[in-house]
This record gives sequence, structure tokens and C-alpha cells, in this order.
Amino acid sequence: MKERPSPYPYWFVLPAAVIFVTLFLVPTVASFWFSLTRWDLFTTTFIGLDNYRQFFKEPQLTRSLFNTVVYAVITSGTKSVLGLLLAVALTSGLWGQGFLRTVVFFPVLVSTIGVGITFATLMHPTKGLINVSLAAIGLDGPGWLTNATLAIYSVAMIDLWKGIGLATVIYIAGLSAISPDYYEAARIDGATRMQQFWRVTVPLVRPATVTVVTLSLIGGLRSFDLIWATTRGGPGFSSDVLASVIYKQYQAGFYGLSTAGNVILFLMIAVIILPLTWWFNRREVDL
Amino acid sequence: MTRRQYVTGMIAMALAGVIFILPFVFIFLTAMKTKKDASLLTFTWPKEWHLAQNFLDVLKTQNYQLLLAYFNSSVITVGAVAMLIVFGALVGYVLQRRQSRWNNLIFGAVLVGLIVPPAVVPTIWVMQGLHLFKTIHGMIFIQVAYGLAFSVLLYRSFIATIPRDLDEAAIIDGARPLQVFFKVILPLLKPVTVTLIVVQSIAIFNDFTNPLYYLPGKDNVTVQLTLFNFQSQFVSQFNLLFMNILLVTIPPLIVFIFFNRQIVAGMTAGAVKG
Repeated sequence: MKERPSPYPYWFVLPAAVIFVTLFLVPTVASFWFSLTRWDLFTTTFIGLDNYRQFFKEPQLTRSLFNTVVYAVITSGTKSVLGLLLAVALTSGLWGQGFLRTVVFFPVLVSTIGVGITFATLMHPTKGLINVSLAAIGLDGPGWLTNATLAIYSVAMIDLWKGIGLATVIYIAGLSAISPDYYEAARIDGATRMQQFWRVTVPLVRPATVTVVTLSLIGGLRSFDLIWATTRGGPGFSSDVLASVIYKQYQAGFYGLSTAGNVILFLMIAVIILPLTWWFNRREVDL
Repeated sequence: MTRRQYVTGMIAMALAGVIFILPFVFIFLTAMKTKKDASLLTFTWPKEWHLAQNFLDVLKTQNYQLLLAYFNSSVITVGAVAMLIVFGALVGYVLQRRQSRWNNLIFGAVLVGLIVPPAVVPTIWVMQGLHLFKTIHGMIFIQVAYGLAFSVLLYRSFIATIPRDLDEAAIIDGARPLQVFFKVILPLLKPVTVTLIVVQSIAIFNDFTNPLYYLPGKDNVTVQLTLFNFQSQFVSQFNLLFMNILLVTIPPLIVFIFFNRQIVAGMTAGAVKG
């Protein structure tokens, strides 16, 4: 008997596969080769690991590696901690909590460039609203985005403002999946609210924590537009991250070096995310 | 509601107001001011309301660049989202319905698509080879390539909830594979489709990085890039810069008002399951 063709033919996958392979997979694979070359889009000269060496030798490029990690860790850490606290507060039956959820979430949907420009204005060292308000209560505000040591942290705070809404709604979804029975049992056993939070909420909201940490780490490591809209990596190169270096080297015509930056970013994400995912999954078994 | 919840609620409201609403009020007020008034960067009521004039000035800048940008962004968003829906659902459908060793490969590709950052210059190299660089349709394909993984993931988990009996009934009635998909399955996917349309169109409309790389050129300008161009051009015209921010913020705001539930559903998908 002749085999009947499947009602789910593989050619259904074809349109998606063609686009994804040509515009995503092929460039990704090719990037490993191009990162080993000096490249002007027409001719390539093989130069071995020179591009990578440059990344770990030139202070401005090394600084960007450091900043990338710091930025990702700070944004992801603050988003997961404050996101959970906000989610707990916004599910506790506060007056006006529906409105508050909306207000906290809306910045997620706003253009990053618009947010960047707005905060760059609010953080203006002398005329910006933040420092003017600080001056009114007698404090001398710093140059949030113009101080070389401070700039990257200020941008991370703007990122927190824009992204915390997403962490909060993910946690709210996670909290609503916890059965109220656990809290009732804890109350009967005489657990305080603090104990309930640490012994019931934190362990049981784990899946949401995993999502928030992973998403915001990946997002933080790849972050470009907010930094570009606020400091463009400045002052000097003090707030450059990998993604902004990739763009700057591309603009300057150093395509090989720019691509090496891409490969480093890829490896960095893999090195941070894979063990983390493995660890998260392993811990799940222990529970 | 206890008295304590009421009071804490009030305090939380006030705090949220300062932290989350104030920047938007600042955008709105600055967008209404005169050039001189706005350049002070103060958080004050506008001395004169220049809504209409600022609006027209922004539109006219660089020969109505903003209108062109809205047009380009809309074409890219609509084109890319349409393809993301149909192609993504097709992959999710086969991936969920057919079990074979190919599935792991497809699933691996989806994970790669979610995690790996795109290699920028090699992508430009490929696009130049295919004459897609600096073209609107090239930009559409890029957005599809980058958004597919998310679409497939969302569709696959939803298709698992649609009983196979439905496909089989249609097949027995003589429907061809494509007919089963378009007439039976796709209509049933409407809730996810709405979520995906909303989430992906906001993401693509707000995208800055990809048009910056793959769609340079004055005629190809997109909405986010106008903002970026005006940032350097309007150094002394904060009123127009903020009017532009206001105009760029309005489309997501409208979508948000109508589709709040779907947006949150899409963005928290997978959060509970992990």
C-alpha cells in the first residue's frame, strides 16, 4: 500500500525557514569567519585572532566588556527584586492597584529613544528637573550622564524605569498561579507576613523569577538604543557597551573588528545564560 | 478594604505618580511650549500654548519627513506582522502536530533565534548580495527573521490545546493540508493571533536598532529614526523634539488602551510554566 502523504507536510515550514536561515543563521555562522579578518565588505584579509586581541588590549574596548556585564547584572538584579516587591504590593488589594499596574507597565511600550531623550533632559546637570529638585532641598546633584564613573549606572536606572513594568506583570502572573491554600496553611501555623513572603512566595514564584532574570539578562547584555539615545557611550568611552562598540566600529569601517564584537557578545550571552539555565533547572529538582 | 490598605494605596499612588507619570507630563508640557520657554527645560505650565504650531512645525521639518517616516514604519509593521502570523503559525502547527527528529532541529533553531544576538555586518553582507540592503522589503524580511522564534513558540503551545479530531474530521471530509490550516486551524488561533499582532507591531514600530543598520538613507527613514535625527537637529528646539516624542508615543498608547489584556498575556506567556 502506498503511504499517504502527511496532512502536516514539511513544506509548511519552508517560507519561515528560508527567511530565518538566509537572514539569521547564515550571517551568524559567517560572523565566526569574518571576525578573523580585516574586512571592507569587498575584500577580506585573514588576520587570525588579531581582532579579539585588540578587544582585550585596548582600554576603551575592555571597558565596554566590563560595562556590558555590569549593566546587565544591575538592570536584571534590580528588575527582579523590585519587580517582585511591586508585584506583591500590586496584588495585595491596595486602593487603586489596577491603575497603578497600568502606570507601571506603560513605559514598556514607549519608544526607547523617546524615553532616552526625555531622561537625558531631566538629568541635565544644571537645568534638569532632577538636579533642580535636589537643589531645592539643598542637595548638590551630580552630572548624572556627564560624569564618567556615574553615566553607565544612570543609564541602568533609566532602563529600570522603562523595564520594571514587564518584570512586574510577569511576577503578577506567577503570583496568581500560587494556590491560596499555601498561605492559609502558613497562617494557621502562625507564620508572620515576612515568613510567608520568604517561605511561600519566593520559592513558589520561581518560574517567574527564572523568566525575569533570563529575559532581562539577555536584554541587558544586548542593550544598545537606550545607551545610544542618552550618552552615545560617552563621556569619552566611559559608558560604552559591546553593542555600542559594534555600532561605532561598523560606522568607522572596521567591519572585522565590529563582527568580532558580535561574536564576543554571542559567547558572553552563551557563557552567562547556559550555566544559569542549567542551574535553574537543577534547583527545580531539589524542591 | 481596610483603612491601612487605603492609606498605603494613597502613598503608593503618589509615589508612582511622581516616578512614572511625571516624565510623561514633562513630555506633554514641553511639547506645548514656545521655543524660548522650552529651552529652559523647566517643569512649568507653558506660558503660551503652541500645540497646533509645534505640531505643524514638526510635520514640515525636512520636507515632511515625519509623514514619510510614518508611512514607511506602517508598511514595515503591517508587512512583517502579516508574515509573522502566517509563517509562524505554519511552523508552530507542524512542530506541534508531527513528531519526528526534525522537530528537535526546528526547536533548536527557535531557541537560537530567541537568544543569539544578530551578527550585524555579516547580515548587511548577505543583504547586499541579495539586493535587500536599504530596501523596505529587506527590512520587512529582517523583522520577520528576528520575530519568528517568538511567534512559533507562542503558536506551538496554543495549538497543543486544539484537539486533533478537528484536523482529522476536515481531512476525512476531503480537505487538503492547506485548507485544513487556513479554514480550520488559523481561525481557532484568533486569541494568540491578536496578542501577537499587538505585541509584534509595537516592537517593530518602536524598533530603532535594526532600521539604523539595515535601512539607512533619507527616503527610508522610520519613525524612531526621525526622533534620533531631530535630536541633533533640534538642539535648541526642545519644544519640537518633545512634540515629536509625543507623536511617536501616541500609536502605542492607543494600542495599549484597547489591547491591554492581550499585551500582558503575550508578554507573560511562559512565565508560569517557566
